[in-house]
Amino acid sequence: MKVLAAMSGGVDSAVAAARAVEAGHEVVGVHLALSRNAGTLRTGSRGCCTIEDSMDAQRACNVLGIPYYVWDFSDRFKEQVVDDFIAEYQAGRTPNPCMRCNERIKFAALLEKALAMGFDAVCTGHYASLLTDDAGNLELHRSNEMAKDQSYVLGVLTAEQLSHSMFPLGKEASKADVRAEADRRGLAVANKPDSYDICFIPEGDTQDWITEKVGGKVPGQIIDVDGNVLGKHEGSFGYTVGQRKGLRIGKPAPDGNPRYVLSISPKTNTVVVGPQAALAVSELAGTRFSWCGVAPSQVNEFFDIGVQVRAHGEEVAAQAAVIGGELVIRVKEPIIGVAPGQTAVLYVGSRVLGQTTIDRTVSAVAGDLEALAENIAAGA
Amino acid sequence: MAVYLDHAATSPIRPEVLLRYTADLALVGNPSSVHGFGQRARMVVEDAREKLAATIGCHRSEVIFTSGGTEADNLAIKGLYWSRFKADNRRRIIISTAAEHHAVLDALEWLESHGPEDHRAELHLLELDANGNFDLSELENFLTERADEVALISLMWANNETGVVSPIAKVCQIAREHGVPVHSDAVAAFGHVPVHFAGSGLSLLTITAHKIGGPVGVGALIVSRDIELVPVSHGGGHERKLRSGTLNAAGAGAFALAASEVRATLTERAERDAALKATLLAAVKEIVPTAQITAENAETLPSTVHIRFTDCPGDSLLVLLDLKGIAVSTGSACQAGVINASHVMLAMGRDENAASECIRVSFGYNTTEGDIEEFLAALPAAYAGARKAGEAR
Repeated sequence: MKVLAAMSGGVDSAVAAARAVEAGHEVVGVHLALSRNAGTLRTGSRGCCTIEDSMDAQRACNVLGIPYYVWDFSDRFKEQVVDDFIAEYQAGRTPNPCMRCNERIKFAALLEKALAMGFDAVCTGHYASLLTDDAGNLELHRSNEMAKDQSYVLGVLTAEQLSHSMFPLGKEASKADVRAEADRRGLAVANKPDSYDICFIPEGDTQDWITEKVGGKVPGQIIDVDGNVLGKHEGSFGYTVGQRKGLRIGKPAPDGNPRYVLSISPKTNTVVVGPQAALAVSELAGTRFSWCGVAPSQVNEFFDIGVQVRAHGEEVAAQAAVIGGELVIRVKEPIIGVAPGQTAVLYVGSRVLGQTTIDRTVSAVAGDLEALAENIAAGA
Repeated sequence: MAVYLDHAATSPIRPEVLLRYTADLALVGNPSSVHGFGQRARMVVEDAREKLAATIGCHRSEVIFTSGGTEADNLAIKGLYWSRFKADNRRRIIISTAAEHHAVLDALEWLESHGPEDHRAELHLLELDANGNFDLSELENFLTERADEVALISLMWANNETGVVSPIAKVCQIAREHGVPVHSDAVAAFGHVPVHFAGSGLSLLTITAHKIGGPVGVGALIVSRDIELVPVSHGGGHERKLRSGTLNAAGAGAFALAASEVRATLTERAERDAALKATLLAAVKEIVPTAQITAENAETLPSTVHIRFTDCPGDSLLVLLDLKGIAVSTGSACQAGVINASHVMLAMGRDENAASECIRVSFGYNTTEGDIEEFLAALPAAYAGARKAGEAR
């Protein structure tokens, strides 16, 4: 096969490309330029968008003896990932930009361009497995290395996209093995640190970054579930549901327990805070859902699944059904740390079944917090 | 099966130059040393200087060896600007165009944006038409009005992307009437069209070895005897105190040899290149009838072909040709591997889209008809694939 290896400049994609070469494929390495003003040197734990990363990718391709090119997707990345990220924050939601990047750049723009140019598949260093079921259909499964499993961020892939994807690290690799293999193959990125942070945001200050992007501070109120004004904020877009730090309320709750952001109302520029228990969610739902591979045959009645709502979160037992064009997920035990904008990925065993972007959540204790915030603001 | 058609980026070293160069690399001695070793190394440098002077049409002491074209351009522009400004602080205007090589453009922009406010250069960029030509009467009118304020003029002899040749002799004639010195970057032109320093009327001329079959790492600035330059880098005072740094004897020797080779074969190569270019263009138009040849009706280098393929991203076309073993270029600058829209095409009035749909095919001393045939054989499939990639954008 003619395989296009997406090379971030990190150790995983380098070893994935190496394995594709070894498997006998005709491999070409491509680094995606995603930033218009790429920094010169890598800093901290951001790991894909500097010139140094691009040089690392090139060096790996040289060592593997494969051609190397840089493809510029910076305009599309800005429109479809960065601007989306800002818009989601402004709408009071908590987006996952890596998911959007997979959905719209790596397995859309890049894949389309690769297919147009005669490639058969795109190969990445994601930790996930592609298996074939008895009927010959492709299924996406969790990596055997659970600690590094990245099937969550690939949950957006459709059957068509899976048929042109290759994840050589999925089946047996552990991160330590991958690093050792990179070292054995003479790849200088063997000891390059892992990347964690959002690649387009300077280290550690999402809030300042968003404030600058939306054009400055917009002061508003922080209230509790009873409507008491507890403090002021400089823009509701700077907060995420479940956030505890940086609320600057000053005084603890009467019971002495910390307070968390329960809800954000961009319409009224109000942030609602309350006890951790109030974060418990019993139901999540979204209209922007997709099936990863073959869709389940019967989706109109609730069926058993596992659901994961964060990249490194736990999977919990739940039931799902499509009701009125909305994928509704009811968790068996209430969960915390879930907010609109996040992605819920559905699993059956180790198989990724599909995903939805969460549009709304139903609190297990309080009622509709957004409506509450609006009512309070209207009354005041 | 590898076809190299990117000689405008760098041309392979000529076999006889390689022999001479590698032999001279074994030379012992610093050309500035007093002892016999030093004197023998110095002889290599001075032989080269004399030979290069004869080839380019200047006096031997007007040759200042540098590390290449970029250094020569920086020395020419900054050195002349500072010296002209020092002599008369009204002289702050530099006349040029937006299609110059970045070695010139970025030096100009640096002078425009650094130093005390009243020391900074003011750029007057001549407008280019769709063929890449500027209007000589615009230049003449500007000089008639403001020659007293002009520090220098810098205009490339031929454009490295499009191959468009500038009327340097006419520019120099106009400039001389107004007492303004002219620098020209002839890196792209040298070896492909006649370049004669004395005959041109230039004050400063940039050339480099690796575009004509010499090694990378050696170039020269030809500095007219009556021109004063302020040095850019300081040190041991080599090269008339204009360019400090240990002299590169082997490089200078190889450069001079390559230069004399291109001079001796110029007419015959120009004829061959013109024929190759005609064949190539006719065939390209047949394969892709919508292809637009840049500056088709202007005077261009016989060795450079610049084509726009509408709705076909130049970078994808380059990749698909490369995967078939055929090396061409988009011509434009590349930053960390990202190919930018060509600033030359933008300067010629093209929009961003058009400026990113171009490729440059350039010939050198060892280009053959077979190379052109292989390029043409690979073009249809690469063009079709790149068109599809363009739709996927």
